[in-house]
Amino acid sequence: MAKTLLWLQSGGCGGCSMSLLNAEAPGLVTSLRASGIELLWHPALSEASGGEFLELLHRIADGKQPLDILCLEGAVMRGPNGTGRYHLLAGSGESMMQWIAKLASRAAHVVAVGSCAAFGGITRGGGNAVEACGLQYDEAERGGLLGEHYRDTSGLPVVNIAGCPTHPNWVTETLSRLAAGELDAGDLDALGRPRSYADHLVHHGCPRNEFYEYKASAAQHSQLGCLMENLGCVGTQAHADCNIRLWNGEGSCLRGGFACIDCTAPGFEEPGRVFTETPKVAGIPVGLPTDMPKAWFVALASLSKAATPKRLKDNAAADHIVTSPSRTSKGRVIK
Amino acid sequence: MTRRIVGPFNRVEGDLEVKIDIERGRVTNAWVTSPLYRGFERMLVGKDPRDALVYAPRICGICSVSQSVAAATALRQAQGIAMAPNGERVTNLVAACENLADHLTHFYLFFMPDFARKVYARKGWYADTERRFKAVSGTATQQLLPARAQFMHLMGMLAGKWPHSLALQPGGTTRAIDAGEKPRLMSLLFAMREFLETNLFGVPLEAITAITTPAQLHEYADAATGDFPRFLKIADNLKLQTIGRAADRFMSYGAYETAGETEGGRTFKQGVWDGGVQALDGDAIREDVSHSWLNGGHAPLHPREGITLPSGDGDKGYTWCKAPRLDGKVVEVGAFARQLIDGQALMRALVEESGGNVRNRVVGRLFEVARLLPLMERWFKEIRSGEPFCVEVPVPESGFGVGMVEAARGSLGHWLDIRDGRIHNYQIVAPTTWNFSPRDANEQPGALEQALVNAPVKEGETDPVSVQHIVRSFDPCMVCTVH
Repeated sequence: MAKTLLWLQSGGCGGCSMSLLNAEAPGLVTSLRASGIELLWHPALSEASGGEFLELLHRIADGKQPLDILCLEGAVMRGPNGTGRYHLLAGSGESMMQWIAKLASRAAHVVAVGSCAAFGGITRGGGNAVEACGLQYDEAERGGLLGEHYRDTSGLPVVNIAGCPTHPNWVTETLSRLAAGELDAGDLDALGRPRSYADHLVHHGCPRNEFYEYKASAAQHSQLGCLMENLGCVGTQAHADCNIRLWNGEGSCLRGGFACIDCTAPGFEEPGRVFTETPKVAGIPVGLPTDMPKAWFVALASLSKAATPKRLKDNAAADHIVTSPSRTSKGRVIK
Repeated sequence: MTRRIVGPFNRVEGDLEVKIDIERGRVTNAWVTSPLYRGFERMLVGKDPRDALVYAPRICGICSVSQSVAAATALRQAQGIAMAPNGERVTNLVAACENLADHLTHFYLFFMPDFARKVYARKGWYADTERRFKAVSGTATQQLLPARAQFMHLMGMLAGKWPHSLALQPGGTTRAIDAGEKPRLMSLLFAMREFLETNLFGVPLEAITAITTPAQLHEYADAATGDFPRFLKIADNLKLQTIGRAADRFMSYGAYETAGETEGGRTFKQGVWDGGVQALDGDAIREDVSHSWLNGGHAPLHPREGITLPSGDGDKGYTWCKAPRLDGKVVEVGAFARQLIDGQALMRALVEESGGNVRNRVVGRLFEVARLLPLMERWFKEIRSGEPFCVEVPVPESGFGVGMVEAARGSLGHWLDIRDGRIHNYQIVAPTTWNFSPRDANEQPGALEQALVNAPVKEGETDPVSVQHIVRSFDPCMVCTVH
């Protein structure tokens, strides 16, 4: 039997839904059908509006309509002063916060789509005057709306498909596994994110890797060099597969020429520095690649900098390839 | 008289509630409520001005690029620089890509499914409309989604991803395009041209942009096969030109900067329409908060010195949205306004015939689609590989910048005040802030509030379908509205 899915939006931008519409090979509608998912309602896709929709919510809340998967996009708006009045669900007179809690208690699985729903995300920015939080986290702290001890009918915590926005396939594949009953606690990382994408680093598959290896860096935007040394990129630390599973065909932030800002992590919205500038101490970036001892990084960096081929030095500071890879006189590589 | 609360509305990008009074089968009064407040303007205060480029796109998932362009434009103005010419072309391409995709998303996913509702089951056109436009299962959705997703590969190549890119910088764009990549990009445009000419218009794009009179539009609707003719026939049958009329005063900030090449430096001209085209005076903008859940106690302010402070007093107003006014007057923004003010003869004729209304707003939007793709083809051809795409200079310690651009759904402005190297004030007025604003201190209803008056309500309708059409004809973006 088809698994039912309800998708709600609260304190967010709707960008994860917009990104979801970019799903390809197959497209979104086919992908959901293939996974045996029946869309009870989605804000961008469904016909039901107003009274019909509220009636659906009441039926779910009363246990008359079974709900297998509840997706929330956007943060839970708790403010002002815990009243939830920063988002009253239109036509219902009740706060979205209350609706989410009610519906979550009826759902077999609860999914946070995007960093806002997972951790609070960008909506928590600037001191969080609106008291935004995630479903089971408030930034990196466990708790959130549903509480640290929340577990779904199969023993899972809230599944946090974090990202700003989420890649469409992170969402369709996670929903598919949930619908098939093939997602267990071991498939989630310590922050509740599906390991299928969160066990990778954004650095993996980055086309700027050769520049990275030789510390041949871009000094300003549009240049081809590595973005870590000067332009704020934290792709060597950020958990996601953005350069393995590309965006909109063949894109990623780094391929687009700008920094990875670690948008799958709690608190990414307040890095404590300018997003697009790398803070340094004595010329060395403060943030080092994940799992790398500092002394090694410093030693390797200075060694590789000394060994940087001219081609990489030239190209790193240009916006197109100015020096081609060299070849032997016969045009072959040496084997 | 009965009073009814309609909502939540979906297919409007965000949450929306409308309160209506009904008398003898007609709406007599309407109040529009934007129920979500996030507070971006306050979040940005105290941050490094460059961080606005990370925050601004995240105001909205559907106007993401437009928000980025507005923020980058404000920064650029504060820096006093010009974009690298290639960067300007790519910025326009990325903005047009979003704009075109948004128009299609609106038409196919948000607007047309309302005509596949059971309430129309007895109409002659129902069976065909239901097969084509039924929400989720209609053949149009199944065709549009893959075509749109493929078109968005342009974003992957030019901007890294969509939504929420950092590729749009004040001095240009971060991803240089190599001559060898152009054929691939051009073929993506060609594929979209084929989709539009086969499915949407049924004729070449140039045949659409050549239409200058309502009579020609009728001839086209009768002769052609496609989703636009389908809509025009439904519009005719339901007399959609007779519902949803607002103040008939329109505004456009002008779109697609092309330094020095076009009059006023914008491909689509800037101006105000009030029976004829007038110059826009940006200094005449004021935001009124008399009916908002925001702290007032001050005269309406220009966004340059605007204040956004939640009042915490739930009784005072009826929405989180401010009421922007131009010279004290309500204006309507959007694609119809943009094409009208740009001087397109068809829009001029339509506005004279029936003003701004449900049908004309959709016509303006699709007419713009037909204009955008050829413009994109031109901008691609103008890219000069090997020349710079981006110039970078530091942000000044203090300064002021304004980014007035056009999102798919209308005029979007960012006002940035930098002091001591930090954001001192940041104010945003979004398209739907204009269109879905509440009453102001003079009790003047906003554009949608005016447009809903006289909407027909059938016996027993709880969520009147005419209200659905009118609301969605504006292509509202509620997450932008309050931000």
